[in-house]
Amino acid sequence: MSVKSESIQSKKDSGQDERLKKISPLRVLLNRPELGALGGSILVFIFFGIVAGDTGMFSAYGTLNFLDVSANLGIIAIAAAMLMIGGEFDLSIGSMIGFAGICIAIPAIYWGWPLWTSIIFAFAMAVLIGYFNGIMVVKTGLPSFIVTLAMLFILRGATLAITRLITGRTQVPGLRVLIEDDPIAWLFATDTFQWLFTWLGSMKLIALRTDGTPLATGIPPSVIWFIALTLFATWILMKTRYGNWIFASGGDKVGATNVGVPVGKVKISLFIGTAVASTIFACIQVLDAGSADTMRGTLKELEAIAAAVVGGCLLTGGYGSAIGAALGAIIFGTVSMGIFYTDVDTDWFKVFLGAMMLIAVVFNNYIRKKVTETK
Amino acid sequence: MSEYLVQFNNISKFFGKVIALKDVTMKLKKGEIMCLLGDNGAGKSTLIKTLAGVHKPDEGEIIFEDQKIVFDSPRDALDIGIGTVYQDLALVSLMSVTRNFFMGREPQKGLPFFKTFDIEKANTIAAERMGQIGIDVRDPSQAVGTMSGGERQCLAISRAIYFGAKVLVLDEPTSALGVHQASMVLKYIVKAASQGLAVILITHNVHHAYPVGNSFTVLNRGKSMGTFQKKDISREKLLSMMAGGEELDKLEVELKEMDRIENN
Repeated sequence: MSVKSESIQSKKDSGQDERLKKISPLRVLLNRPELGALGGSILVFIFFGIVAGDTGMFSAYGTLNFLDVSANLGIIAIAAAMLMIGGEFDLSIGSMIGFAGICIAIPAIYWGWPLWTSIIFAFAMAVLIGYFNGIMVVKTGLPSFIVTLAMLFILRGATLAITRLITGRTQVPGLRVLIEDDPIAWLFATDTFQWLFTWLGSMKLIALRTDGTPLATGIPPSVIWFIALTLFATWILMKTRYGNWIFASGGDKVGATNVGVPVGKVKISLFIGTAVASTIFACIQVLDAGSADTMRGTLKELEAIAAAVVGGCLLTGGYGSAIGAALGAIIFGTVSMGIFYTDVDTDWFKVFLGAMMLIAVVFNNYIRKKVTETK
Repeated sequence: MSEYLVQFNNISKFFGKVIALKDVTMKLKKGEIMCLLGDNGAGKSTLIKTLAGVHKPDEGEIIFEDQKIVFDSPRDALDIGIGTVYQDLALVSLMSVTRNFFMGREPQKGLPFFKTFDIEKANTIAAERMGQIGIDVRDPSQAVGTMSGGERQCLAISRAIYFGAKVLVLDEPTSALGVHQASMVLKYIVKAASQGLAVILITHNVHHAYPVGNSFTVLNRGKSMGTFQKKDISREKLLSMMAGGEELDKLEVELKEMDRIENN
């Protein structure tokens, strides 16, 4: 990109226009939405490097720990960011996580379905619910805030009511034994690069348990999903026609429609995206814990939106990036885990989360003015 | 083949009891700039939307290249080559020049299912097209928000032409612009017409319309007051026909009256 703009630059420099000036790399960087989040994450790592550098936070086990938390949040934050760029919100993410959890657990435990069919069932429900959210917003023209707030209550209530009706409890345990030999569950439940960690352990490079196996057994599935989704979302946004439509739909709905962008379809697909991401999150957590809980995912929608905002997404749509949201999630994940390694009381985490978001919004607002101001 | 590229014959449009347009007729040749003049509420917006395929006319017919045409959607109008540039321009200020230029019609490359937006090609075309109209796009990846009003207008027109408009419908292209910017846009419109496009320029500003127009259609309260060739009508006559004229005369009389009373 920069190479291209340079060549146009030089072509024009030889021309007649004297108003041209070289765009410094700094200026190009300033125009990227993820700048704030990048700076923020560097600061966070420097801070914990100094404060908690010798506490084991950055050991293999500690690192994987905060990466796992970041990655889980990141999976939903990326989907939330794409939807925000498309100009809408989804407040039902957290409830969808709880709902997807019981969609996996109840058929598998109580109805005797093979685990993989219940996982597919959960994803099918997610597509349906996402589609419903989308079609409601697109057809009624109501703010997505209201539509998905309603869905937040409906899904959470349904999760609780259905679970109690069928099981008489609010938790559905007993999934762990079903994971083995399942053709799909391993996608959400297997630590990868185990050989590497075993090897590192045998070389005494990482901490070992008393039985000689390494404390950190492999890269958790959340991290792999997180990296894959970040790359996929970035590819979509930056490199595809559909990505351009997402920016256009969020930037100016009427204008985009007038030039032939199928705004309704784009928005519906993004709502399906957040519901599916919530279900990926639910699969990972439910299979990791071995049980589904009706309260799982509570308030996650707000954390996802906060991470997206810290990552540079504008609340008004049309601007933002997936990498930014990923960095936003890393900031929150790192701080929420890192705070245990410091002397600071963990109660302060929410204060930090709020302050960080406020700073990000002010900063983003300033950047937007910078980007759109007429020169 | 008739001498006209496009004809709008006796177009009427009703909204319930309201007669928004009644028997409006306009005919355009290639390379002609027709200015559609009218005061607020004259029916300009309804007419534009009818030309652009947003509204279906209740009466009358549209003939394009000797074929009777019925538009079911704005897409149909675009497909046969009627390109409409609305007042809001359909530009997203946070997006880059290139991304705006190709919005909705992005060039693609690569294998099916892995098709990517060919940004390099798009950048080259956008920079080239903007260069042709003398607009310095410092960097096609810069946000449209950094461009001036006139530049944005030219970008929107240039986009419509690039995507095959044979008839350009321009809705108040100069209304929000200063003198310098407006003349830049008007110059570009004349250039586009000289390349064989038919242009319908909708405006309420006679001073902008008169220098560039070949013919003038005046709309008043939903009806056409007729189409005039430039040689047949003066600027002042046009102005007074736009309903504004009589009222401005009246206003002048009233002001004089007030002046007289005050001075006494």
